[in-house]
Amino acid sequence: MHRKTGAEIIVGLLERQGVRALAGIPGGMNLPLYDALSHSQMIRHILARHEQGAGFIAQGMARISGRPEVCLATSGPGATNIITAVADAKLDSVPMVCITGQVPLGMIGTDAFQEVDTYGMTIPITKHNFLVRSAAELLEVMPEAFRIAWSGRPGPVLVDVPKDVQNQMVEFDAWPEPGRPDRAPEFDHADLQRAAAMINAAQRPLFYLGGGAIQANAGGVATRLAEKAGIPAVMTLMGLGAIPSSHPRSLGMLGMHAARHTNLALEECDLLIAAGVRFDDRATGRLAQFCPKAKIIHIDIDLSEIDKLRIAQIGIIGNVCDVFRALFPLVDALPRTEWLERIEELRRTHPMVMPGSDDPSTPYGLIRLAASLLDEEAIITTDVGQHQMWTAQAYPHRRPRRWLTSGGLGTMGFGLPAAIGASFAAPGRTVVSFSGDGSIMMNLQELATAVEEGANVKVIVMNNNTLGLVRQQQDLFYGQRVFASRFRNRVDFVRIAEGFGMRAYDLADCADPADLLERAFHEPGPCLVHAPIDAAETVYPMVPPGAANRDMIGGETHACANA
Amino acid sequence: MPAQMPDAIDPSRAAGRRAVLELTVNNHPGVMSHVCGLFARRAYNVEGILCMPLPEGRLSRIWLLVNEEARLEQIIRQTMKLEDVVRVERHAADHEVFVHLEEFFGVALPSEGTAADN
Ligand SMILES: Cc1ncc(C[n+]2csc(CCOP(=O)(O)OP(=O)(O)O)c2C)c(N)n1
Ligand SMILES: [Mg+2]
Repeated sequence: MHRKTGAEIIVGLLERQGVRALAGIPGGMNLPLYDALSHSQMIRHILARHEQGAGFIAQGMARISGRPEVCLATSGPGATNIITAVADAKLDSVPMVCITGQVPLGMIGTDAFQEVDTYGMTIPITKHNFLVRSAAELLEVMPEAFRIAWSGRPGPVLVDVPKDVQNQMVEFDAWPEPGRPDRAPEFDHADLQRAAAMINAAQRPLFYLGGGAIQANAGGVATRLAEKAGIPAVMTLMGLGAIPSSHPRSLGMLGMHAARHTNLALEECDLLIAAGVRFDDRATGRLAQFCPKAKIIHIDIDLSEIDKLRIAQIGIIGNVCDVFRALFPLVDALPRTEWLERIEELRRTHPMVMPGSDDPSTPYGLIRLAASLLDEEAIITTDVGQHQMWTAQAYPHRRPRRWLTSGGLGTMGFGLPAAIGASFAAPGRTVVSFSGDGSIMMNLQELATAVEEGANVKVIVMNNNTLGLVRQQQDLFYGQRVFASRFRNRVDFVRIAEGFGMRAYDLADCADPADLLERAFHEPGPCLVHAPIDAAETVYPMVPPGAANRDMIGGETHACANA
Repeated sequence: MPAQMPDAIDPSRAAGRRAVLELTVNNHPGVMSHVCGLFARRAYNVEGILCMPLPEGRLSRIWLLVNEEARLEQIIRQTMKLEDVVRVERHAADHEVFVHLEEFFGVALPSEGTAADN
């Protein structure tokens, strides 16, 4: 027989669940939980400096570990602060359990101090949520929260726990089993046979791989399928790394900032094998004109994705890795010489143009230089903006689960806390966060967390003193009326970092950037690298929002010759 | 000031074919919010709604009267994804559950003035 408070039950269940690190901020309505946590010998608490930071630290851990990771916030402002990170996890299908404090049961609905309707607010941005009404319920709710976050298409689950429930004492006979993911759905073998026949008959097939392929750890089998059947692959922003960028079958990222040959190959394909993707508008451009000649095989663990935006000739509900494995023996080994030659021709005539690739004072040059100093174990996070797209384009994505970016929600401020989280999930590895001067400001306070925890995080601030991607859109689509996107004040990021107690390096007027980055990467612990970038730099090619992918602006070969 | 005309007055919608959805759900206070929020967010009009606990009390049944639109299948799939939704069944519009209810909706309120007039 056990006698425990609600708070002790939560901590006990987290320990039994295997949670060894979590992030959060205490406050009045989760203090009982924090008090119980202080007795835990197993769980390391990372004190964030803003609840959004705590949420993204948990996400950074989860995107690396593939398991649900945990963040904590108090009621009211704690809960509202963490919501962005929860919504971000929903859109990128990241498993996470967020535990919030709530005012005591009897005060709910009275506009009590720091009361907000966390449950109501988080219905549309969680996979599921709970408002716990008794300590005994926690024995069911906590394992359920982990099971739900982890099963099928992963996502965030929020558990709102009133303070009196945390303090309530209960007796129970035995601890429940920890939450485990449900088994992936069985898929229909007849569908699989039909898909294989369709693939074998296709003249110009393409793989279209997304975050679901990464989540399912399907990178390896996808690569072998692409090799065996002579099928090139495009990847979404979330799918980068599924097949290595340098692999001959890889066509890199598709969509708004794809290489020209990538989007043009999609125009010609006659069969699209879409796996773990959701036909997001940044990937497809104008949907009606996406892959106009292609039949679709759509593989996804989430039934509601099939036929959501584009009707699939064959839909297979399953884990992408399982489906690919089952497909492998059924797919003919084919050279597909004609199609692969056509692809090479597109590559030659419409190459990816990266001006300044060998000049470290340009964005592409900086990213290339950094990449040359990092191995395939290095983890890359980004913020949101031009720097994100440059990195997506130019960084050699060598392995799955090394690339952490806010794809669906596109949240500025993601990069630093996600990098801190990643460094906990992958101790001993180097985590590099490519950030912008705008984005880094959104969770700047987490520099303090990184220093305090000694996280092995290297933040490269690509500073154009501009909300660069906004400026680029104003230039292109708003008659060059650049408004509210250029900063008038210049921040000294080196001194800012130093003020947080962090080592800082400046690439401005640096004679040997390679040496500087080498030192920054190899000295253990966190540091910031300030990298000035010309504000006039652009990310090309670009598909205007709402246009078809074939209608790309910029990035032509002749533009490179002029540059 | 009322911001918009309610959807129900839109004749193109009102004229369309109907379907009846039968949802079996866990019986707890948040379920209705999850279900209604899912439809509201996608501006998928729910014409009628009925909810009662099932005899045992652990489950409830929600009946929804909805317009038959092309995206009905998609919204059913999204509904099935809700953790508290145990089962969804689709019936034709002539399902009797809403038929007998119409007599309760025939007469307008006596003219006492409503909140909207203030
Ligand atoms: C939280 C948030 N607010 C606003 C935006 C809109 N937005 C997208 S990119 C961008 C500019 C980012 O600036 P910076 O981080 O300096 O990156 P750059 O484009 O200059 O590389 C803005 C404001 C966003 N994505 N996220
Ligand atoms: Mg910037």
